[in-house]
Parts: sequence; C-alpha cells; structure tokens
Amino acid sequence: MSNEIFTLHVNGEAQQVRDSWLGENLMDVLRDRLGLMGSKGACEQGECGSCSVLVDGHLVCSCLVMAASAVGQQVVTIEGVAPVGSPSDVQQAFVDFGAVQCGFCTPGLIMAVHGLLERTPDPGDTEIREELAGNICRCTGYGRIIDAVQQVAVARRTDRSGA
Amino acid sequence: MPVLFPTTIDEATTALADHPESMLLAGGTDAMVGINDGHHRPGATVISVSRIADLRSWRHDPRSGTLTIGAGVTYTELMDPSIAGLVPALAEASRTVGSPQIRNAGTLGGNLGTSSPAGDGLPVLSALNAVVHLATAGATRAVDVNDFMVGVKRTALKQGEIITGVTVPVVDGWQGYAKVGVRNAMVIAVASTCVVVDKTRRTVAVALGSVGPTILRCPDAESFLAARLDWDSMVAADADQAEFGRLVSAASQPITDHRSTADYRRHAVGVLARRLARRAGAAS
Repeated sequence: MSNEIFTLHVNGEAQQVRDSWLGENLMDVLRDRLGLMGSKGACEQGECGSCSVLVDGHLVCSCLVMAASAVGQQVVTIEGVAPVGSPSDVQQAFVDFGAVQCGFCTPGLIMAVHGLLERTPDPGDTEIREELAGNICRCTGYGRIIDAVQQVAVARRTDRSGA
Repeated sequence: MPVLFPTTIDEATTALADHPESMLLAGGTDAMVGINDGHHRPGATVISVSRIADLRSWRHDPRSGTLTIGAGVTYTELMDPSIAGLVPALAEASRTVGSPQIRNAGTLGGNLGTSSPAGDGLPVLSALNAVVHLATAGATRAVDVNDFMVGVKRTALKQGEIITGVTVPVVDGWQGYAKVGVRNAMVIAVASTCVVVDKTRRTVAVALGSVGPTILRCPDAESFLAARLDWDSMVAADADQAEFGRLVSAASQPITDHRSTADYRRHAVGVLARRLARRAGAAS
C-alpha cells in the first residue's frame, strides 16, 4: 500500500489521488478514486477497449496504465470529450445511427473514433475496422458503428469545404 | 513518490542500482496485465522508463547501414513510413500487435524484456541478427539477440541492467513477417515467421515464433534457400519453396497448448515460410 498522494491532470483539471495502491491502474483510479465512471472496465487486460482514454494525446487502455506513472501527463476521458447535454459530433452520430445498444463499449469507441478521425479524416471501411479493432462491441455487429464514423467524416468534410 | 521518472539512461541505471528490487515499467501492456490479475504486485518502487528521451528515439546511420532503435519506441512509431522503409518486416510485425491502443503503449524494449516466444517483434530481430544494447550503472554491453533470448520469458538480462535499444542492419533485399492467429487483430501469435533475404551477403534468414521455448532460427532451411534462389530476381522454383517450407516445419519445436496443437503449428510455420519465400520473389 502507498498512502502517498499524487496528482493527475484529467480533462484539464489537476486531481489529487489519495489512498491508491502502487500498481493500481488508471481505469480504477478514474472510476473509484475520482468518480469518473464513463470509462468502463471489462477485461482488464487490454482486449476490449472499453476503458480507452487519451494520455498525452495517445489512445490507450487505461487499465494498462499504472495510474501513478501518468503523473505529469494529460489524461482525457469520455467525460472530457464534450459537456453533458451537448454531445460531440461523434457522440451524436452514434445516437443517430443506432450505433449504441447496451452502451458498455460506447465510451471507449467514442474515444477511439475521435482519435481515428484526427489522424485519418477520410477513412475507408478497412481503415475504420483496423483502427477500431481494439474496441469490442457484442451488440451491434459494428455495421452501424462504421456508418456513424463515415457520417461524421462526411459532415466534417462538408464543414471544411464551407458548403 | 514510489514511481521514479528518470529522464536519462544514467539516472535510470542509478535508480535501479539504488533500488535493486524495483520494477521496471515501460509501456505497461504486459506488466499491468499481471498486476491486474493479481499475479504480481510491485514492491516499494517502480521505475518508469517512459520519460527517457534517449530510449524514445531512433537513428539511421547510412554509413554503417544500420538502424538503432531506442527500447522505448512504440509499435505505432515502428509502423511509421520513416522506419518502415528501413525495416519493413518490423513494421509488418508491429502492425499485427494487439490494437491501436496496445501499439500506442507497447514498446520494442518491452517485447524483448518479456521475451515471450510469441512476441511479434522478436522473430524479426532474430532474423536480422539484431544487437541488443544493455546498460548498468557505469557500464554498457551489447548482446546478439539470439543469445539474449534464452528461454520462455527468460533473457540474459542481469540484475541492475536495463535494455536501452537494438541495432539492426538495413538490408538490401527483401524481408517479411507473417503470423497465424484466430483473428486479424488482438491475437497472440499461434505461429509466426520472419524471412529476410539479403542480396548483398546472399544469405537467407528464417526465424520462427510460438513454435519453441524461444524464437528459433532454421539453419538448414536458410542454407537450402540461399543455394536455390536466383539472386537477381530472388525467385525460387515452386518445388524449392515447398522444400523450404518443409525444412522450416522440421526445424520447429512446437507444443500443444490452449491456443493450438503442435501439429497445426508445425504445419503453419511451413506454410508461412513458403508464402514469404514466394512473396520475396514476387517483390522484385
């Protein structure tokens, strides 16, 4: 056990973490110590992607990040993507296209899709599938998720062209 | 703070000398699975090596024809065209690792440190005869990767040493990596194969993953294909490709476990080797 207090930067705010044990993963710290319940925990071995967050801009599984090793880095969780009540374009597209069923995988997928579209503004089906391969959904069969991603890509392209 | 963040290799080796029982943490993709499972817990101190700039960089030396890759370079970084153009097989292997999330965190040094026989980067390093760079407080040494990996998750790393990087040759010829698993993403290799065809030295190297206690080389298959290749085109006759595959299967030492049977693995590495030999010829 470690009773030391350390500070994480989560969604732009400095947050003190108390009573964490050395080796505790970031997902558990986010959920159990900081009350940010959006990141979901399922496999705790990096297989399912439900706990995906950004650390210094990189999409990672928060269950595979030792929380105390993220000191000094910028963590963005699903709660930091958009304010409650005004969803991001990706979140809205997931709703519009029925890409959400039970919802458990959705926060991780939203994080992954935001990351994907930043790097690849016009992804093809294969690119989307490869980029989202680390996010497992057991409800939708992925078709509607891919439709939602493509819709966001089209909408952003239209915005950029000023149409 | 129980997690130390050295920013230089010297600081890291000094910290390790001062805290010999501490746990080294790189990308965490292996270490945290063990911790989450409760299989192990860090003791008093964790040394995170992820803030060491020298481990996070790579450099190409055209004069010596080598590429030196820091231990903290991630799989995502290894897929970048700037590195992929120099060691294509390592980029191919990296692309088969886990998912984007895993590739953003996992590192080549971590792959070596864990030294699983299924580690995707390892057959490539083996086939390229990579040199592994190690450092302790006050000293460094270099070890051939095929001497570094000594058994199932066992390495030649000594107490107080950290892996700082690897040097691989930039090979004129062809190289490729292929892997069998139950799906395209998120799989541990059931069987994997790397083939490197070096036109300058007129050598062939073959290394196998997941079919032995550690990565295996196949000397008989290597010398056979090197003798049969048309070195201008890198094409081997169909019958020679088949014999090459057979020799590779014969060199494997697979076991049956929860992922596959020994028979399937032995067959699979032969198919992969034959396929890679065909690709080498098709690429020219």
